[in-house]
Amino acid sequence: MSGVPPLGRWLAIALALAFLGIFLVLPLLVVFTSGLAHGVGAYVAAIADPIARAAILLTLLVAAIAVPVNVVFGVTAAWAIAKFEFRGKSTLLTLIDLPFAVSPVIAGLVFILMFGSNGWFGPFLQQHHVRIVFAVPGIVLATLFVTFPFVARELIPVMQAQGREDEETALSLGATGWQTFWRVTLPNIRWGLLYGVLLCNARAMGEFGAVSVVSGHVRGLTNTIPLHVEILYNEYSYVAAFAVASLLALLALATLIGKSLLEWRQPDLRRAARGAR
Amino acid sequence: MRPRRVIPGFGLTLGITMVYLSLLVLIPLSSTFARSLSLGVGHFWAVIHTPRVLASLRLSFGAALLAAALNCGFGLLVAWVLSRYDFPGKRVLDAMVDLPFALPTAVAGISLTTLYSTSGWLGAALGALGITVAYTPLGIVVALTFIGLPFVVRTLQPVLDDLDRDVEQAAATLGASAAQTFRRVILPALWPALLTGCSLAFARGIGEYGSVIFIAGNMPLKSEIAPLLIVTKLEQYDYAGATAIAVVMLLLSFALMLAINALQAWTSSRHAPA
Repeated sequence: MSGVPPLGRWLAIALALAFLGIFLVLPLLVVFTSGLAHGVGAYVAAIADPIARAAILLTLLVAAIAVPVNVVFGVTAAWAIAKFEFRGKSTLLTLIDLPFAVSPVIAGLVFILMFGSNGWFGPFLQQHHVRIVFAVPGIVLATLFVTFPFVARELIPVMQAQGREDEETALSLGATGWQTFWRVTLPNIRWGLLYGVLLCNARAMGEFGAVSVVSGHVRGLTNTIPLHVEILYNEYSYVAAFAVASLLALLALATLIGKSLLEWRQPDLRRAARGAR
Repeated sequence: MRPRRVIPGFGLTLGITMVYLSLLVLIPLSSTFARSLSLGVGHFWAVIHTPRVLASLRLSFGAALLAAALNCGFGLLVAWVLSRYDFPGKRVLDAMVDLPFALPTAVAGISLTTLYSTSGWLGAALGALGITVAYTPLGIVVALTFIGLPFVVRTLQPVLDDLDRDVEQAAATLGASAAQTFRRVILPALWPALLTGCSLAFARGIGEYGSVIFIAGNMPLKSEIAPLLIVTKLEQYDYAGATAIAVVMLLLSFALMLAINALQAWTSSRHAPA
Protein backbone atom coordinates (compact mmCIF):
# COMPACT_ATOMS: atom_id res chain seq x y z
CA MET A 1 0.00 0.00 0.00
CA SER A 2 1.52 3.25 -1.09
CA GLY A 3 0.02 5.11 1.87
CA VAL A 4 2.21 3.27 4.37
CA PRO A 5 5.30 5.33 5.29
CA PRO A 6 8.65 3.55 4.83
CA LEU A 7 9.13 3.27 8.59
CA GLY A 8 5.79 1.49 8.98
CA ARG A 9 6.61 -0.76 6.08
CA TRP A 10 9.94 -1.85 7.57
CA LEU A 11 8.34 -2.30 10.97
CA ALA A 12 5.70 -4.60 9.46
CA ILE A 13 8.34 -6.62 7.60
CA ALA A 14 10.52 -6.88 10.72
CA LEU A 15 7.59 -8.02 12.87
CA ALA A 16 6.47 -10.59 10.29
CA LEU A 17 10.05 -11.88 9.95
CA ALA A 18 10.42 -12.16 13.72
CA PHE A 19 7.14 -14.06 14.00
CA LEU A 20 8.01 -16.49 11.18
CA GLY A 21 11.53 -16.87 12.53
CA ILE A 22 10.30 -17.83 15.99
CA PHE A 23 7.38 -20.00 14.91
CA LEU A 24 8.74 -21.70 11.78
CA VAL A 25 12.51 -21.39 11.34
CA LEU A 26 13.60 -22.08 14.92
CA PRO A 27 11.54 -25.31 15.36
CA LEU A 28 12.95 -26.63 12.09
CA LEU A 29 16.49 -25.69 13.10
CA VAL A 30 16.14 -27.36 16.51
CA VAL A 31 15.40 -30.71 14.85
CA PHE A 32 18.75 -30.74 13.06
CA THR A 33 20.92 -29.21 15.81
CA SER A 34 19.47 -31.62 18.40
CA GLY A 35 19.88 -34.60 16.11
CA LEU A 36 23.52 -33.71 15.52
CA ALA A 37 24.22 -32.68 19.14
CA HIS A 38 26.43 -35.73 19.74
CA GLY A 39 28.11 -35.65 16.35
CA VAL A 40 27.57 -37.42 13.06
CA GLY A 41 28.38 -40.86 14.52
CA ALA A 42 25.49 -40.82 16.99
CA TYR A 43 23.20 -39.40 14.29
CA VAL A 44 23.97 -42.20 11.85
CA ALA A 45 23.80 -44.84 14.60
CA ALA A 46 20.27 -43.76 15.56
CA ILE A 47 19.07 -44.07 11.98
CA ALA A 48 20.93 -47.32 11.26
CA ASP A 49 19.49 -48.97 14.38
CA PRO A 50 17.52 -52.12 13.36
CA ILE A 51 14.32 -50.92 15.07
CA ALA A 52 14.60 -47.55 13.34
CA ARG A 53 15.16 -49.30 10.03
CA ALA A 54 12.05 -51.43 10.61
CA ALA A 55 10.07 -48.25 11.30
CA ILE A 56 11.39 -46.65 8.11
CA LEU A 57 10.44 -49.71 6.08
CA LEU A 58 6.95 -49.79 7.58
CA THR A 59 6.42 -46.10 6.83
CA LEU A 60 7.53 -46.67 3.22
CA LEU A 61 5.21 -49.68 2.94
CA VAL A 62 2.20 -47.80 4.33
CA ALA A 63 2.80 -44.84 2.00
CA ALA A 64 3.34 -47.21 -0.95
CA ILE A 65 -0.15 -48.62 -0.36
CA ALA A 66 -2.05 -45.53 0.80
CA VAL A 67 -0.81 -43.05 -1.81
CA PRO A 68 -1.57 -45.11 -4.97
CA VAL A 69 -4.98 -46.19 -3.63
CA ASN A 70 -5.93 -42.59 -2.88
CA VAL A 71 -4.56 -41.47 -6.26
CA VAL A 72 -6.90 -43.90 -8.04
CA PHE A 73 -9.87 -42.84 -5.92
CA GLY A 74 -8.94 -39.17 -6.09
CA VAL A 75 -8.82 -39.24 -9.90
CA THR A 76 -12.09 -41.20 -10.02
CA ALA A 77 -13.86 -38.76 -7.70
CA ALA A 78 -12.47 -35.74 -9.57
CA TRP A 79 -13.66 -37.19 -12.89
CA ALA A 80 -17.22 -37.63 -11.58
CA ILE A 81 -17.32 -34.21 -9.94
CA ALA A 82 -15.51 -32.09 -12.53
CA LYS A 83 -16.87 -33.57 -15.77
CA PHE A 84 -20.55 -33.99 -14.86
CA GLU A 85 -23.38 -32.04 -13.33
CA PHE A 86 -25.52 -33.87 -10.82
CA ARG A 87 -27.66 -33.20 -7.79
CA GLY A 88 -25.95 -33.43 -4.45
CA LYS A 89 -22.53 -32.49 -5.83
CA SER A 90 -21.79 -29.95 -3.12
CA THR A 91 -22.84 -32.47 -0.47
CA LEU A 92 -20.44 -34.98 -1.98
CA LEU A 93 -17.65 -32.38 -1.87
CA THR A 94 -18.38 -31.76 1.81
CA LEU A 95 -18.32 -35.51 2.51
CA ILE A 96 -14.95 -35.84 0.74
CA ASP A 97 -13.64 -33.12 3.07
CA LEU A 98 -14.89 -34.90 6.19
CA PRO A 99 -11.55 -36.49 7.13
CA PHE A 100 -10.05 -32.97 7.34
CA ALA A 101 -12.65 -32.05 9.97
CA VAL A 102 -12.09 -35.15 12.10
CA SER A 103 -9.44 -35.27 14.82
CA PRO A 104 -6.71 -37.78 13.89
CA VAL A 105 -7.35 -39.57 17.17
CA ILE A 106 -11.00 -40.09 16.21
CA ALA A 107 -9.87 -41.34 12.77
CA GLY A 108 -8.04 -44.10 14.63
CA LEU A 109 -10.86 -44.69 17.11
CA VAL A 110 -13.47 -45.41 14.41
CA PHE A 111 -11.42 -48.36 13.15
CA ILE A 112 -11.00 -49.74 16.66
CA LEU A 113 -14.77 -49.57 17.10
CA MET A 114 -15.17 -51.46 13.80
CA PHE A 115 -12.38 -54.03 13.93
CA GLY A 116 -11.19 -54.16 17.57
CA SER A 117 -11.96 -57.17 19.76
CA ASN A 118 -14.98 -55.26 21.11
CA GLY A 119 -15.92 -53.92 17.70
CA TRP A 120 -18.62 -54.74 15.15
CA PHE A 121 -16.49 -57.24 13.26
CA GLY A 122 -14.35 -58.17 16.28
CA PRO A 123 -15.78 -61.66 16.98
CA PHE A 124 -15.82 -62.57 13.27
CA LEU A 125 -12.19 -61.49 12.81
CA GLN A 126 -11.09 -63.37 15.92
CA GLN A 127 -12.75 -66.54 14.69
CA HIS A 128 -10.83 -66.32 11.45
CA HIS A 129 -7.59 -65.22 13.12
CA VAL A 130 -7.41 -61.98 11.19
CA ARG A 131 -5.88 -58.95 12.89
CA ILE A 132 -6.68 -55.53 11.56
CA VAL A 133 -6.20 -53.08 14.40
CA PHE A 134 -2.99 -53.15 16.43
CA ALA A 135 -1.42 -54.49 13.24
CA VAL A 136 -0.30 -53.21 9.84
CA PRO A 137 -3.75 -53.35 8.10
CA GLY A 138 -5.14 -50.95 10.72
CA ILE A 139 -2.25 -48.54 10.15
CA VAL A 140 -2.94 -48.62 6.41
CA LEU A 141 -6.69 -48.04 6.96
CA ALA A 142 -6.12 -45.10 9.31
CA THR A 143 -3.62 -43.58 6.86
CA LEU A 144 -6.05 -44.05 3.96
CA PHE A 145 -8.71 -42.26 6.00
CA VAL A 146 -6.64 -39.19 6.88
CA THR A 147 -5.08 -38.83 3.40
CA PHE A 148 -8.29 -39.50 1.45
CA PRO A 149 -9.17 -35.87 0.53
CA PHE A 150 -5.74 -34.68 -0.66
CA VAL A 151 -5.60 -35.90 -4.28
CA ALA A 152 -9.31 -35.38 -4.97
CA ARG A 153 -9.26 -31.89 -3.52
CA GLU A 154 -6.25 -30.80 -5.59
CA LEU A 155 -7.56 -32.35 -8.81
CA ILE A 156 -11.19 -31.18 -8.72
CA PRO A 157 -10.43 -27.46 -9.24
CA VAL A 158 -7.77 -28.27 -11.85
CA MET A 159 -10.14 -30.49 -13.83
CA GLN A 160 -13.01 -28.03 -13.46
CA ALA A 161 -10.84 -25.22 -14.81
CA GLN A 162 -9.94 -27.32 -17.85
CA GLY A 163 -13.55 -27.96 -18.76
CA ARG A 164 -14.81 -30.71 -21.04
CA GLU A 165 -13.90 -29.52 -24.52
CA ASP A 166 -10.63 -31.44 -24.93
CA GLU A 167 -12.29 -34.69 -23.94
CA GLU A 168 -15.34 -34.02 -26.11
CA THR A 169 -13.11 -33.35 -29.11
CA ALA A 170 -11.15 -36.57 -28.58
CA LEU A 171 -14.36 -38.57 -28.22
CA SER A 172 -15.92 -37.05 -31.32
CA LEU A 173 -12.78 -38.00 -33.26
CA GLY A 174 -13.43 -41.60 -32.30
CA ALA A 175 -11.26 -42.14 -29.23
CA THR A 176 -12.61 -44.50 -26.58
CA GLY A 177 -13.21 -43.33 -23.02
CA TRP A 178 -9.98 -44.93 -21.79
CA GLN A 179 -7.92 -43.51 -24.64
CA THR A 180 -9.35 -40.08 -23.91
CA PHE A 181 -8.44 -40.38 -20.25
CA TRP A 182 -4.88 -41.61 -20.79
CA ARG A 183 -3.97 -39.38 -23.75
CA VAL A 184 -5.96 -36.21 -23.08
CA THR A 185 -7.06 -35.87 -19.47
CA LEU A 186 -4.03 -37.33 -17.70
CA PRO A 187 -1.46 -35.15 -19.55
CA ASN A 188 -3.67 -32.13 -18.80
CA ILE A 189 -3.81 -32.81 -15.08
CA ARG A 190 -0.33 -34.24 -14.52
CA TRP A 191 1.06 -31.29 -12.55
CA GLY A 192 -2.04 -31.03 -10.39
CA LEU A 193 -1.89 -34.77 -9.80
CA LEU A 194 1.78 -34.58 -8.81
CA TYR A 195 0.95 -31.75 -6.44
CA GLY A 196 -1.76 -33.82 -4.78
CA VAL A 197 0.54 -36.86 -4.57
CA LEU A 198 3.22 -34.74 -2.89
CA LEU A 199 0.87 -33.50 -0.15
CA CYS A 200 -0.81 -36.90 0.24
CA ASN A 201 2.57 -38.60 0.64
CA ALA A 202 3.81 -36.08 3.21
CA ARG A 203 0.75 -36.71 5.35
CA ALA A 204 0.86 -40.49 4.81
CA MET A 205 4.47 -40.73 5.99
CA GLY A 206 4.07 -38.24 8.81
CA GLU A 207 0.66 -39.16 10.26
CA PHE A 208 0.90 -39.61 14.01
CA GLY A 209 -2.41 -39.41 15.90
CA ALA A 210 -4.54 -41.79 13.85
CA VAL A 211 -1.72 -44.29 13.41
CA SER A 212 -0.79 -44.09 17.09
CA VAL A 213 -4.30 -45.15 18.15
CA VAL A 214 -4.46 -48.24 15.90
CA SER A 215 -0.81 -49.28 15.96
CA GLY A 216 -0.45 -51.18 19.21
CA HIS A 217 3.15 -49.89 19.37
CA VAL A 218 4.97 -53.17 18.86
CA ARG A 219 8.62 -52.31 18.37
CA GLY A 220 10.05 -53.37 15.05
CA LEU A 221 6.60 -54.51 13.87
CA THR A 222 3.91 -51.84 14.08
CA ASN A 223 5.88 -48.65 14.69
CA THR A 224 6.11 -46.13 11.90
CA ILE A 225 8.80 -43.40 11.90
CA PRO A 226 6.67 -40.86 13.85
CA LEU A 227 5.78 -43.51 16.47
CA HIS A 228 9.43 -44.51 16.78
CA VAL A 229 10.33 -40.85 17.33
CA GLU A 230 7.76 -40.67 20.13
CA ILE A 231 9.13 -43.77 21.87
CA LEU A 232 12.72 -42.54 21.69
CA TYR A 233 11.70 -39.13 22.99
CA ASN A 234 9.70 -40.56 25.88
CA GLU A 235 12.71 -42.72 26.80
CA TYR A 236 14.80 -39.55 27.01
CA SER A 237 16.91 -40.63 24.00
CA TYR A 238 16.64 -37.09 22.69
CA VAL A 239 19.52 -37.21 20.23
CA ALA A 240 18.24 -40.43 18.65
CA ALA A 241 14.66 -39.08 18.60
CA PHE A 242 15.73 -35.93 16.76
CA ALA A 243 18.07 -37.84 14.43
CA VAL A 244 15.17 -40.02 13.28
CA ALA A 245 12.83 -37.00 13.29
CA SER A 246 15.25 -35.18 10.99
CA LEU A 247 14.42 -37.72 8.28
CA LEU A 248 10.80 -36.54 8.47
CA ALA A 249 11.96 -32.91 8.55
CA LEU A 250 13.97 -33.55 5.37
CA LEU A 251 10.87 -35.09 3.82
CA ALA A 252 8.94 -31.94 4.78
CA LEU A 253 11.61 -29.73 3.21
CA ALA A 254 11.60 -31.83 0.04
CA THR A 255 7.81 -31.55 -0.05
CA LEU A 256 7.97 -27.76 0.30
CA ILE A 257 10.61 -27.47 -2.42
CA GLY A 258 8.67 -29.76 -4.78
CA LYS A 259 5.51 -27.81 -4.05
CA SER A 260 7.21 -24.46 -4.75
CA LEU A 261 8.68 -25.76 -8.02
CA LEU A 262 5.26 -26.98 -9.15
CA GLU A 263 3.65 -23.67 -8.16
CA TRP A 264 6.36 -21.79 -10.03
CA ARG A 265 5.66 -23.89 -13.11
CA GLN A 266 1.86 -23.75 -12.75
CA PRO A 267 0.79 -20.67 -10.80
CA ASP A 268 -2.85 -21.80 -11.06
CA LEU A 269 -2.10 -24.78 -8.82
CA ARG A 270 -1.54 -22.63 -5.83
CA ARG A 271 -4.85 -20.89 -6.24
CA ALA A 272 -6.58 -24.23 -6.69
CA ALA A 273 -4.85 -25.61 -3.60
CA ARG A 274 -5.90 -22.67 -1.49
CA GLY A 275 -9.49 -23.19 -2.50
CA ALA A 276 -9.13 -26.81 -1.52
CA ARG A 277 -8.42 -25.98 2.05
CA MET B 1 -35.34 -34.32 -23.04
CA ARG B 2 -32.06 -34.37 -21.18
CA PRO B 3 -29.00 -33.70 -23.32
CA ARG B 4 -27.03 -36.88 -23.93
CA ARG B 5 -23.77 -37.03 -22.04
CA VAL B 6 -20.83 -37.21 -24.42
CA ILE B 7 -18.18 -37.99 -21.81
CA PRO B 8 -18.41 -41.56 -20.54
CA GLY B 9 -17.90 -43.01 -17.10
CA PHE B 10 -20.32 -41.00 -14.98
CA GLY B 11 -22.03 -44.00 -13.38
CA LEU B 12 -18.78 -45.88 -12.96
CA THR B 13 -16.73 -43.06 -11.38
CA LEU B 14 -19.54 -41.78 -9.16
CA GLY B 15 -20.35 -45.35 -8.11
CA ILE B 16 -16.75 -46.16 -7.18
CA THR B 17 -16.40 -42.84 -5.34
CA MET B 18 -19.56 -43.45 -3.32
CA VAL B 19 -18.60 -47.02 -2.42
CA TYR B 20 -15.06 -46.06 -1.38
CA LEU B 21 -16.23 -43.01 0.56
CA SER B 22 -18.88 -45.08 2.33
CA LEU B 23 -16.59 -47.96 3.25
CA LEU B 24 -13.64 -45.85 4.37
CA VAL B 25 -15.27 -42.77 5.89
CA LEU B 26 -19.05 -42.75 6.19
CA ILE B 27 -19.72 -46.22 7.64
CA PRO B 28 -16.85 -46.06 10.20
CA LEU B 29 -17.94 -42.59 11.31
CA SER B 30 -21.63 -43.53 11.54
CA SER B 31 -20.78 -46.67 13.46
CA THR B 32 -19.18 -44.42 16.07
CA PHE B 33 -22.46 -42.51 16.39
CA ALA B 34 -24.41 -45.79 16.51
CA ARG B 35 -22.13 -47.02 19.25
CA SER B 36 -22.73 -43.89 21.33
CA LEU B 37 -26.50 -44.26 20.86
CA SER B 38 -26.28 -47.75 22.31
CA LEU B 39 -24.91 -46.16 25.47
CA GLY B 40 -28.25 -44.51 26.16
CA VAL B 41 -28.67 -40.83 26.93
CA GLY B 42 -28.20 -41.23 30.66
CA HIS B 43 -24.90 -43.10 30.42
CA PHE B 44 -23.68 -40.78 27.66
CA TRP B 45 -24.40 -37.72 29.80
CA ALA B 46 -22.76 -39.34 32.83
CA VAL B 47 -19.56 -39.93 30.83
CA ILE B 48 -19.41 -36.40 29.46
CA HIS B 49 -20.52 -34.59 32.56
CA THR B 50 -17.41 -35.29 34.63
CA PRO B 51 -15.00 -32.52 35.62
CA ARG B 52 -12.10 -34.18 33.79
CA VAL B 53 -13.93 -34.54 30.46
CA LEU B 54 -15.45 -31.06 30.62
CA ALA B 55 -12.07 -29.55 31.52
CA SER B 56 -10.41 -31.29 28.55
CA LEU B 57 -13.10 -30.10 26.13
CA ARG B 58 -12.88 -26.58 27.51
CA LEU B 59 -9.09 -26.64 27.14
CA SER B 60 -9.15 -27.99 23.57
CA PHE B 61 -11.70 -25.41 22.45
CA GLY B 62 -10.24 -22.54 24.49
CA ALA B 63 -6.62 -23.07 23.43
CA ALA B 64 -7.68 -23.53 19.78
CA LEU B 65 -9.71 -20.31 19.95
CA LEU B 66 -6.83 -18.36 21.48
CA ALA B 67 -4.37 -19.71 18.91
CA ALA B 68 -6.80 -18.86 16.10
CA ALA B 69 -7.12 -15.33 17.46
CA LEU B 70 -3.31 -14.98 17.58
CA ASN B 71 -3.11 -16.25 14.00
CA CYS B 72 -5.81 -13.80 13.00
CA GLY B 73 -3.44 -10.96 13.87
CA PHE B 74 -0.06 -12.41 12.93
CA GLY B 75 -1.43 -14.32 9.93
CA LEU B 76 -2.88 -11.09 8.57
CA LEU B 77 0.45 -9.35 9.10
CA VAL B 78 2.40 -12.15 7.38
CA ALA B 79 -0.06 -12.36 4.47
CA TRP B 80 0.07 -8.58 4.08
CA VAL B 81 3.87 -8.40 4.09
CA LEU B 82 4.18 -11.34 1.65
CA SER B 83 1.54 -9.94 -0.68
CA ARG B 84 2.53 -6.26 -0.69
CA TYR B 85 6.24 -5.81 0.05
CA ASP B 86 9.44 -6.98 -1.57
CA PHE B 87 12.43 -7.95 0.49
CA PRO B 88 15.31 -10.41 0.17
CA GLY B 89 14.37 -14.01 0.96
CA LYS B 90 10.67 -13.41 0.45
CA ARG B 91 10.11 -16.45 -1.77
CA VAL B 92 11.79 -18.80 0.69
CA LEU B 93 9.72 -17.39 3.53
CA ASP B 94 6.56 -17.69 1.46
CA ALA B 95 7.29 -21.38 0.87
CA MET B 96 8.10 -21.85 4.58
CA VAL B 97 4.58 -20.78 5.56
CA ASP B 98 3.42 -24.26 4.53
CA LEU B 99 5.90 -25.96 6.87
CA PRO B 100 3.21 -26.79 9.46
CA PHE B 101 1.30 -28.68 6.72
CA ALA B 102 4.40 -30.60 5.66
CA LEU B 103 6.17 -31.25 8.96
CA PRO B 104 4.76 -34.30 10.79
CA THR B 105 3.01 -33.20 13.96
CA ALA B 106 5.11 -35.40 16.24
CA VAL B 107 8.27 -33.74 14.95
CA ALA B 108 6.77 -30.30 15.51
CA GLY B 109 5.77 -31.42 19.00
CA ILE B 110 9.18 -32.57 20.21
CA SER B 111 10.91 -29.66 18.51
CA LEU B 112 8.65 -27.00 20.07
CA THR B 113 8.98 -28.68 23.46
CA THR B 114 12.78 -28.61 23.24
CA LEU B 115 12.71 -25.00 22.10
CA TYR B 116 10.48 -23.86 24.98
CA SER B 117 11.77 -26.10 27.78
CA THR B 118 13.68 -24.28 30.52
CA SER B 119 17.01 -25.17 28.89
CA GLY B 120 15.82 -24.45 25.35
CA TRP B 121 16.75 -21.43 23.22
CA LEU B 122 13.45 -19.64 23.79
CA GLY B 123 12.48 -21.28 27.08
CA ALA B 124 15.62 -20.01 28.83
CA ALA B 125 14.99 -16.44 27.68
CA LEU B 126 11.30 -16.54 28.60
CA GLY B 127 12.14 -18.19 31.91
CA ALA B 128 14.30 -15.19 32.80
CA LEU B 129 11.15 -13.08 32.33
CA GLY B 130 9.19 -15.45 34.56
CA ILE B 131 7.18 -17.00 31.71
CA THR B 132 6.90 -20.80 31.50
CA VAL B 133 5.61 -22.17 28.22
CA ALA B 134 6.51 -25.86 28.11
CA TYR B 135 4.24 -28.21 30.12
CA THR B 136 1.61 -25.48 30.64
CA PRO B 137 -1.59 -24.56 28.75
CA LEU B 138 0.46 -21.72 27.18
CA GLY B 139 2.53 -24.41 25.45
CA ILE B 140 -0.66 -25.80 23.91
CA VAL B 141 -1.48 -22.36 22.50
CA VAL B 142 2.04 -22.11 21.03
CA ALA B 143 1.72 -25.52 19.33
CA LEU B 144 -1.73 -24.69 17.96
CA THR B 145 -0.51 -21.32 16.69
CA PHE B 146 2.22 -23.15 14.75
CA ILE B 147 -0.33 -25.62 13.33
CA GLY B 148 -2.90 -22.97 12.37
CA LEU B 149 -0.72 -20.29 10.77
CA PRO B 150 -0.84 -21.53 7.13
CA PHE B 151 -4.65 -21.71 7.17
CA VAL B 152 -4.94 -17.97 7.83
CA VAL B 153 -2.08 -16.85 5.56
CA ARG B 154 -3.11 -19.04 2.60
CA THR B 155 -6.76 -17.97 2.83
CA LEU B 156 -5.87 -14.27 2.95
CA GLN B 157 -3.14 -14.14 0.29
CA PRO B 158 -5.32 -14.55 -2.84
CA VAL B 159 -7.84 -12.00 -1.54
CA LEU B 160 -5.06 -9.51 -0.81
CA ASP B 161 -3.54 -10.11 -4.26
CA ASP B 162 -6.93 -9.44 -5.88
CA LEU B 163 -7.72 -6.29 -3.93
CA ASP B 164 -7.94 -3.35 -6.25
CA ARG B 165 -5.12 -1.03 -5.27
CA ASP B 166 -6.73 1.88 -7.12
CA VAL B 167 -9.34 2.03 -4.37
CA GLU B 168 -6.59 2.31 -1.74
CA GLN B 169 -4.87 5.02 -3.77
CA ALA B 170 -8.15 6.85 -4.18
CA ALA B 171 -8.70 6.75 -0.42
CA ALA B 172 -5.18 8.10 0.14
CA THR B 173 -5.66 10.81 -2.49
CA LEU B 174 -8.88 11.86 -0.79
CA GLY B 175 -6.88 12.45 2.36
CA ALA B 176 -7.37 9.21 4.29
CA SER B 177 -4.49 8.25 6.56
CA ALA B 178 -2.92 4.81 6.21
CA ALA B 179 -4.81 3.65 9.30
CA GLN B 180 -8.10 5.00 7.97
CA THR B 181 -7.59 3.36 4.59
CA PHE B 182 -6.84 0.06 6.31
CA ARG B 183 -9.85 0.23 8.61
CA ARG B 184 -12.40 1.62 6.14
CA VAL B 185 -11.27 0.19 2.79
CA ILE B 186 -9.09 -2.88 3.23
CA LEU B 187 -10.51 -4.55 6.30
CA PRO B 188 -14.14 -4.63 5.08
CA ALA B 189 -13.00 -6.40 1.90
CA LEU B 190 -10.78 -8.76 3.85
CA TRP B 191 -12.77 -9.86 6.80
CA PRO B 192 -14.83 -12.72 5.32
CA ALA B 193 -11.55 -14.36 4.26
CA LEU B 194 -9.97 -13.56 7.61
CA LEU B 195 -12.89 -15.16 9.42
CA THR B 196 -12.72 -18.23 7.14
CA GLY B 197 -8.99 -18.65 7.71
CA CYS B 198 -9.32 -18.31 11.47
CA SER B 199 -12.22 -20.78 11.55
CA LEU B 200 -10.13 -23.30 9.60
CA ALA B 201 -7.24 -22.83 12.05
CA PHE B 202 -9.68 -23.13 14.96
CA ALA B 203 -11.23 -26.34 13.58
CA ARG B 204 -7.81 -27.89 13.04
CA GLY B 205 -6.66 -26.86 16.52
CA ILE B 206 -9.58 -28.51 18.31
CA GLY B 207 -8.65 -31.98 17.11
CA GLU B 208 -4.87 -31.56 17.04
CA TYR B 209 -2.96 -34.22 18.93
CA GLY B 210 0.63 -34.89 17.83
CA SER B 211 2.11 -31.43 18.20
CA VAL B 212 0.34 -30.79 21.51
CA ILE B 213 0.89 -33.86 23.68
CA PHE B 214 4.65 -33.36 24.00
CA ILE B 215 4.52 -29.73 25.09
CA ALA B 216 1.28 -29.86 27.11
CA GLY B 217 2.36 -31.59 30.30
CA ASN B 218 -0.90 -33.57 30.13
CA MET B 219 -2.07 -32.96 33.70
CA PRO B 220 -5.74 -33.98 34.13
CA LEU B 221 -8.01 -30.94 34.69
CA LYS B 222 -5.12 -28.56 33.81
CA SER B 223 -3.33 -29.37 30.59
CA GLU B 224 -5.03 -32.50 29.24
CA ILE B 225 -6.61 -31.98 25.81
CA ALA B 226 -9.75 -33.87 24.71
CA PRO B 227 -8.05 -36.00 22.01
CA LEU B 228 -5.52 -37.18 24.60
CA LEU B 229 -8.34 -38.13 26.99
CA ILE B 230 -9.84 -40.25 24.19
CA VAL B 231 -6.51 -42.07 23.85
CA THR B 232 -6.23 -42.50 27.64
CA LYS B 233 -9.72 -43.97 27.85
CA LEU B 234 -8.96 -46.34 24.96
CA GLU B 235 -5.82 -47.51 26.73
CA GLN B 236 -7.97 -48.27 29.79
CA TYR B 237 -10.42 -50.21 27.54
CA ASP B 238 -13.09 -47.62 28.37
CA TYR B 239 -14.58 -47.69 24.88
CA ALA B 240 -17.85 -46.09 25.98
CA GLY B 241 -16.01 -43.11 27.45
CA ALA B 242 -13.75 -42.68 24.43
CA THR B 243 -16.72 -42.91 22.06
CA ALA B 244 -18.80 -40.38 24.01
CA ILE B 245 -16.02 -37.75 23.94
CA ALA B 246 -15.38 -38.48 20.26
CA VAL B 247 -19.06 -37.96 19.40
CA VAL B 248 -19.18 -34.61 21.21
CA MET B 249 -16.04 -33.49 19.33
CA LEU B 250 -17.38 -34.78 16.01
CA LEU B 251 -20.69 -32.93 16.42
CA LEU B 252 -18.94 -29.67 17.28
CA SER B 253 -16.44 -30.11 14.42
CA PHE B 254 -19.19 -30.85 11.89
CA ALA B 255 -21.15 -27.78 12.99
CA LEU B 256 -17.99 -25.71 12.56
CA MET B 257 -17.33 -27.26 9.15
CA LEU B 258 -20.81 -26.32 7.91
CA ALA B 259 -20.28 -22.77 9.17
CA ILE B 260 -16.92 -22.61 7.33
CA ASN B 261 -18.54 -23.90 4.13
CA ALA B 262 -21.15 -21.17 4.34
CA LEU B 263 -18.40 -18.60 5.01
CA GLN B 264 -16.36 -19.82 2.06
CA ALA B 265 -19.36 -19.66 -0.26
CA TRP B 266 -19.93 -16.11 0.91
CA THR B 267 -16.24 -15.20 0.49
CA SER B 268 -15.98 -16.61 -3.02
CA SER B 269 -19.20 -14.88 -4.06
CA ARG B 270 -17.63 -11.61 -2.96
CA HIS B 271 -14.34 -12.35 -4.65
CA ALA B 272 -15.38 -14.12 -7.80
CA PRO B 273 -12.28 -14.76 -9.94
CA ALA B 274 -12.21 -12.48 -12.95
